[in-house]
Order: sequence, then C-alpha cells, then structure tokens
Amino acid sequence: MNDQGFNKILISTNALLPLGLLAFDFYRGALGANPLEFFLRASGVLTLLFVVVTLSVTPLRKIFGWNGLIKYRRMLGLYAFFYGCVHLITYSIFDKSLEMQEIVRDVIQRPFIAVGMAALLLMVPLAATSTNGMIKRLGGKNWSKLHKLTYAVPVLGVIHFWMIVKSDVFYPALFAVAVALVLGYRLFSRSRSKIDAVKKPEPLQG
Amino acid sequence: MVEKENSTDEVTPEYTYLNRRAFIRAGLFAGSAALTTAGYRFFSPGNSSPESTMSADSSGIAAEPSDLSTAETSSSFKDITNYNNFYEFSTDKSGVASKARNFATRPWTVEVGGLVKSPKTFSIDELLQFDQEERIYRLRCVEAWSMVIPWAGFSLKALLDEVQPLGNAKYVAFQSFYDPAVMQSSAAAGIDFPYVEGLRLDEALHPLTILATGLYGKPMPKQNGAPIRLVVPWKYGFKSIKSVARITLTNQEPPTTWNLFAPEEYGFYSNVNPDVDHPRWSQATERRIGELSRRETLMFNGYGDEVAHLYEGMDLKTNF
Repeated sequence: MNDQGFNKILISTNALLPLGLLAFDFYRGALGANPLEFFLRASGVLTLLFVVVTLSVTPLRKIFGWNGLIKYRRMLGLYAFFYGCVHLITYSIFDKSLEMQEIVRDVIQRPFIAVGMAALLLMVPLAATSTNGMIKRLGGKNWSKLHKLTYAVPVLGVIHFWMIVKSDVFYPALFAVAVALVLGYRLFSRSRSKIDAVKKPEPLQG
Repeated sequence: MVEKENSTDEVTPEYTYLNRRAFIRAGLFAGSAALTTAGYRFFSPGNSSPESTMSADSSGIAAEPSDLSTAETSSSFKDITNYNNFYEFSTDKSGVASKARNFATRPWTVEVGGLVKSPKTFSIDELLQFDQEERIYRLRCVEAWSMVIPWAGFSLKALLDEVQPLGNAKYVAFQSFYDPAVMQSSAAAGIDFPYVEGLRLDEALHPLTILATGLYGKPMPKQNGAPIRLVVPWKYGFKSIKSVARITLTNQEPPTTWNLFAPEEYGFYSNVNPDVDHPRWSQATERRIGELSRRETLMFNGYGDEVAHLYEGMDLKTNF
C-alpha cells in the first residue's frame, strides 16, 4: 500500500471513530442522563471541526509547504458533510419525529435552526460537485467559484452554535477564533497577492 | 526508494525497510486512534458511578408521603445526581457532581430577615426539625428537559410562619451560598454570583413550595443544592435556587440572576408555559430524562389546578 492509501485509511479511521464511540456509549448507556442532547451536540461539534480542518488545508500548505495535504481535503470536507447529515437526521427523528411540517415551522420560527439548516444546505452542492467528473464538467474556474461557498459554512455554523448556548460561550468562542484564523489567513494572503501581482503573474489561490 | 542499496545482501535491507514502515504505520494507526479516543473521552459524560456522588452523611431522612406528590415514575438517582445545572461549580451538567465533591455543607446557617417580625438565623439542624415530607415533583428545566424527583423537605410557609412576615412584605428574596474558593466555575459562565432568586409572597406561601433537604430519602446531594434548596415545581428549574444562605422578605420585586443576565429571555415569574417560547427555542415540548422522544409540556408544569388562581387576570405573555 502506498502512503496516500494508508493516510486515507488513517484519516477515515479517526474520522469515524468518534461516531463509533458515540454509538457504543449510547448502546451501553454511557452518554449521561440526556444521551440525545449529547449526541446532537457532539455531531454538531464534529461537523464544525471537520469544516475547520478542511479549511485549514490551504493555510497549512501555504505556510508550511505541506502540499501533500491537498490530496485529503476532499475527504475531510465530505466527512464534515457526513457529520452534518448525522446531526440533521438525529434532530429530525428524535426532536421532530420526522414531521416535515414541524421541521419547516422550526426553520421559520427559530433563527438558530434556520442558520444551521442554511449551513448544511450550502454543503450539499459542495459535496455533490466533489467528484473528479464534476470538477471536469464544471471546469476548474467555475468549480473554484462555487466552492467559495465553503467559507460561509463555518461562519453560519459558529453562529448556530453560539445561539443555542445559554450563557457560557467558551466553546463557540473557541470555534469562532479558529474560523477567524483560517478565513482571515485567506483575506490576508489575497490582499498581499494583489500587491505582489505586479511582480508575480500568478496570484495565490485558496 | 528501497532499491539500489549498495549492500552485500540486498534482501535484508529491503526486508528491514518494509518491516520498519509497517511498524511506523501500526504505531501511527494505534497512536492516532488512541488520541482520538482520549479526545472523545475528555468530552463524553462517561459512566459516573452514583456512589461517588453520595453525600458523606448517608443517614436517611424520615419523610411522610404527601398527597401533593405525582404518581409518575421518578427519574433514576444516577440521572438526578449527574445532570445538574449548578453554574457555581460548572456549566457542564455532567461535570457538577465531581466538582462539588469538596463543597462543605456543614455547619450551615440560613439567615431569614427583612420585613419580618422576628428575624432568625436557622442552623441546618434546626431546619431539619421541621416536619419533613416526601414530595415527588416534576421538574421542568428552561432548557426543555424534565425529570421527576422524589424530594424530601418542608413547606416554605412553615419557615415563614416562624419569622412572621410584616404586613408590607410582598416578596421573598433568596440568595445562594457562594465561595469562589470551592466554586470554580468556567471563567465564561456568564452569570454573576452569588445567585439570587425571588418569589411573590403568595407564591412563597403556596403549599407546593418547599425547602428541600434531601431526595430519594437521602440528605441533599451536594450537586443538587445541599444542604437546603428551594423547589417551586410549576416554575422553570432555575427559580428553584440551590444551597440557600439567606432569605429576605421585601416590599419590592427582588432581582433574579437569569433575569439580570438576559431580561428579554428570563422573566421574574418564569412559570412553565408551553405557549410562551424562549426567544431562541420552543417551550412547547420537553425531553423527559430517560425517554428518547419528546413529550408535550404542560401549562404550569401540570400544576395548573393548584396554582392558576395566583395569576388570574395577569397577561402571562408579558409577565413571562
């Protein structure tokens, strides 16, 4: 097995391990007094975590020259989408008993639900166009343009998280800082590349 | 990468190399999985044992059964003692039990004063002399979960009768004990301490309103508000202030902690009301601890027959 194959297995194992542990703990009754609340919270946090990790690939490549990371970015993004789906499905089944009307009403009445739903819906076209075939069909430029949507996802995700917390905003704030870093880096490098554009013909792309 | 080793025996280096690579991979695999698991374990509630959360003083409380108790099945002792909102210790409900372990609840006094004829400071032993009853009550948290808890305690009215409120007393203000040396909450807890709460005098004198000294026939566990706490079953749980240190009769509506933090979200009354949503989430349904799907929330938490008359003529949407 080559290194890339091994690394993918390594990433997948660690990406799916939390879900496995959650399922195991749920089964043996070790998720505390309110297992669904914990599961819902954990799947949401994992979604946000994978979005941030996906978005940190570009800064890490640019800063440390770890260009090999690009090979795993799609995979990381798809795990973010995967956990987002787990999050939505858990909410739909256990909080809303799969009643579409109730879900729609929730989206309309509760801003934090609407924001979370928007973040997840934004990920749908990204996941759907993640295959090599779709990249070819769209063309690199269009694909890059479409995938700029990625930047909105963690912003909405952090707002969604922040809005459900009663008073202790430590963890939402932690994610806000992480998102500010990975997105702020892009703004920073873009403004720099504009200045450098006179000298360098090829601008940096994130 | 493996080829062209300038060695007398070409097989050994390749074999060693592959072996080393397999070894490193196995290490990476096991190491990363162990890290991920540790990260998960750090945040997961885990399997806390009910024994570790018991009060040191395990002598039982002799409590008479009461007609005011619900016939519903009580939540488990383990759930009641490992899922607590006690922000002085932690904002993580499953983390309060372990953080409250060193909380000294004896000696303890409750100072009762303000607009009363005979102010008095009661020791916890004096408070335990009041006739203790078992009150199995529903508890509905503002976070939309609920429990059924078999409290032991006595009516607040019995205590107030002893100090004799004056005619101009209209409200009862409560204050929690607060010692930052043992109560080391998150720096980002958000609310100010000591925790304060309040009731209108008629609410305080209502037979359902109790000062609880224990649960499940045991002295009050520390994480549940030892050694004595308020229980007002028709209001959201945060009204039932824990570890009470001071009770003051006043003629003005006293400040209350969550109302001070976010007045548009938490009112003075905070009666359980499925028709008045929290600005950010619905109060129409709740998750009963121990159940997976949600159930309908009842007006006044199901105590409407007993307490609705207290609010006759009041608009409960504005007086939320």
